[in-house]
Amino acid sequence: MFESLSERLDGIFRKLKGRGLLREEDVVAALKEVRMALLEADVNFKVVKDFVERVKERAVGKEVIESITPGQQVVKIVHDELCSLMGGGQSKISLAPNPPTVIMLVGLHGSGKTTTAAKLAKGFKKDGRRPMLVALDTQRPAAIEQLRSLGEQIDVPVHSTHAGDNPLNVYSGAFDIANREGRDILILDTAGRLHINEELMRELEELKERARPRETLLVADAMTGQDAVNIAKAFNERLDIDGVILTKMDGDARGGAALSIVSVTGKPIKFIGVGEKLDFLEPFHPDRMASRILGMGDVVSLVEKAQAAVDMREAMSLEERLRKNIFTFDDLKAQINQIRRMGPLENILSMIPGLGKHMKGLKVDDRAFVKIEAIINSMTKEERANYTIINSSRKRRIAQGSGTTVADVNRLIKQYVAMKKMLKKVRKGKGLGLPQFRF
Amino acid sequence: MGLFEKLKQGLSKTKKALIGNVKTLFKGRKVDDALLDELEEILIMADVGPGASASITEALRERVRQGKISDTDELESALREEIRGILKQGHRVMCSGEKPYVILAVGVNGVGKTTTIGKLARRFTDHGFTVALAASDTFRAAAIEQLEIWAERAGAQIIKHRSGADPAAVAYDAVVSARSKGLDVVIIDTAGRLHTKSNLMEELKKIKRVVSREIPSAPHEVLLVLDATSGQNAINQARMFDEAVGVTGIALTKLDGTAKGGIVIAINKELDIPVKLIGVGEGVDDLQDFDAKSFVDALFE
Repeated sequence: MFESLSERLDGIFRKLKGRGLLREEDVVAALKEVRMALLEADVNFKVVKDFVERVKERAVGKEVIESITPGQQVVKIVHDELCSLMGGGQSKISLAPNPPTVIMLVGLHGSGKTTTAAKLAKGFKKDGRRPMLVALDTQRPAAIEQLRSLGEQIDVPVHSTHAGDNPLNVYSGAFDIANREGRDILILDTAGRLHINEELMRELEELKERARPRETLLVADAMTGQDAVNIAKAFNERLDIDGVILTKMDGDARGGAALSIVSVTGKPIKFIGVGEKLDFLEPFHPDRMASRILGMGDVVSLVEKAQAAVDMREAMSLEERLRKNIFTFDDLKAQINQIRRMGPLENILSMIPGLGKHMKGLKVDDRAFVKIEAIINSMTKEERANYTIINSSRKRRIAQGSGTTVADVNRLIKQYVAMKKMLKKVRKGKGLGLPQFRF
Repeated sequence: MGLFEKLKQGLSKTKKALIGNVKTLFKGRKVDDALLDELEEILIMADVGPGASASITEALRERVRQGKISDTDELESALREEIRGILKQGHRVMCSGEKPYVILAVGVNGVGKTTTIGKLARRFTDHGFTVALAASDTFRAAAIEQLEIWAERAGAQIIKHRSGADPAAVAYDAVVSARSKGLDVVIIDTAGRLHTKSNLMEELKKIKRVVSREIPSAPHEVLLVLDATSGQNAINQARMFDEAVGVTGIALTKLDGTAKGGIVIAINKELDIPVKLIGVGEGVDDLQDFDAKSFVDALFE
């Protein structure tokens, strides 16, 4: 989990003496690892096959740039290729010249359409527009109530009728009201069902025919596996989608579905959903997504995650301290709570590029946090600031005070020292797998 | 219709079942490296995952080397054996005589928890048991209303608080009220949460704690609801929900789509959590018991 792709590739290229051109056999060996990384990230098998083939053509015979290793070079080529594949589109929603702009959201059940609809509406409202939500999922129990309640939360009107009503009727009603009330954006929340459900697909086709949406957006779950291609293909073929919104990106899924979907539809990913709160819809960054799919570190996401969990000032100081290598026991304690809010420590640390190697055998158990806090609380101010003064009699006192053992105290100090060293390396760029990348 | 027939029918909705492609692949082929490579691809395409797929085909290769497999028929039965060997088999989700029998349903957002609970409740009431549903998803908009509709469909009672209330308090009320009324089953619906959000996982632990305090053996079943369309991340989901609340069984939903659900093989390769229920359609009867043997058989029919 911690071993990043570039490290694995460096292993392969270690045999390669000196610098020179990337030879085919080395590239092939390296691409095996790339293939594995992509498959682990749930990129569709066929997409991976094509992709690897393309990268091979690009990589063989390339000159290795001075300052980086051949492994990094291949990763860079892979990374660039991924970026260009996913980066074709613009993360914008185009508005219709004559309002209202109709945006139709489609997708499987459970992909997050209703939440996304509310997030979009909130975004438009913030931009000074007058959106209206339309509840066209008249099938799922309480789907209408869900949208209504979200509408209330963001203070955006929701047009709905009753469960079981024909979506075309609901839409017509909504359109009239929108015109009457001067609503300039209509967001259609449609019923989610399986893409092989003929009845649903026809219903959506009819709706699209009637509503002539400016944008038809596929809402897809970032955790989707190999089936992402079938889903995307089905929706694109029947409804000619304009783009994709990838949801649940705040989890730890590598999100290979993004690449699969873009590959089979040729349509851009416009936004990503990164939380259950209604303002967590963000523009899509191909470079970050590429890093994530490849399982490489992502410092930007790390900082963003920190910001989501702590307030801005706290996040800034966390980032700064990580960078400056100021890291006392007090920092550790203060950050434990912040880090806990960001999710498991392993995930957080895996976001720091190049940390993989240094993290081996340094597993920090989330549950150990309570103990760690107790131990730190039993330290004096001086001890917290300068761990080197903690001798064995101090250790005994700390252990007694915190209800732990000297072994526990020793372990914490050891882990703390290791962390400190590790952060120092990261700062100096020694451990950075790919310092030349914009993360 | 027998159980097996039903399962087959359910799975046939996927048109190609889990790895129905295998049949097509094997037709008229001899067993060689190329065939095994292609088999590995099929497994990966079914979300079995690169690691588990490689280990399955490696085991088959080994058998070929030992001369135990000479034709595709033997390869097929060896493949069945390998998959069957990985899949765990648990006991059925049914009351165990303890009253109330408490089921806690957990999972990430949008996997079909509430729907699965609705169907499960109906199955209990069909068997003559009395059921209470606990609306512990107090977070998502209209989640309580959704559960209410299912409770009505299933003829179950519902215990609910206001939206935004403490989920553990709802679960507590449900268990206490079920006990005093002598109800047979309590099913607790929880809010969907990503397994990476530690505060939300803590909330889940609290629900479990509160229930266990009232009835020490409860929850008798902790069902993790998984979406068959999900990829390798489902392994993380299973691992982390298990660590938090001790998952006793998996309910695999949305198997009626084109997703093959091979992710359960990947999960069972790493974790000892049996699949107990599978959802193969939107109807109330489309929630079925998982039987590893029938499941594997159905894959090849």
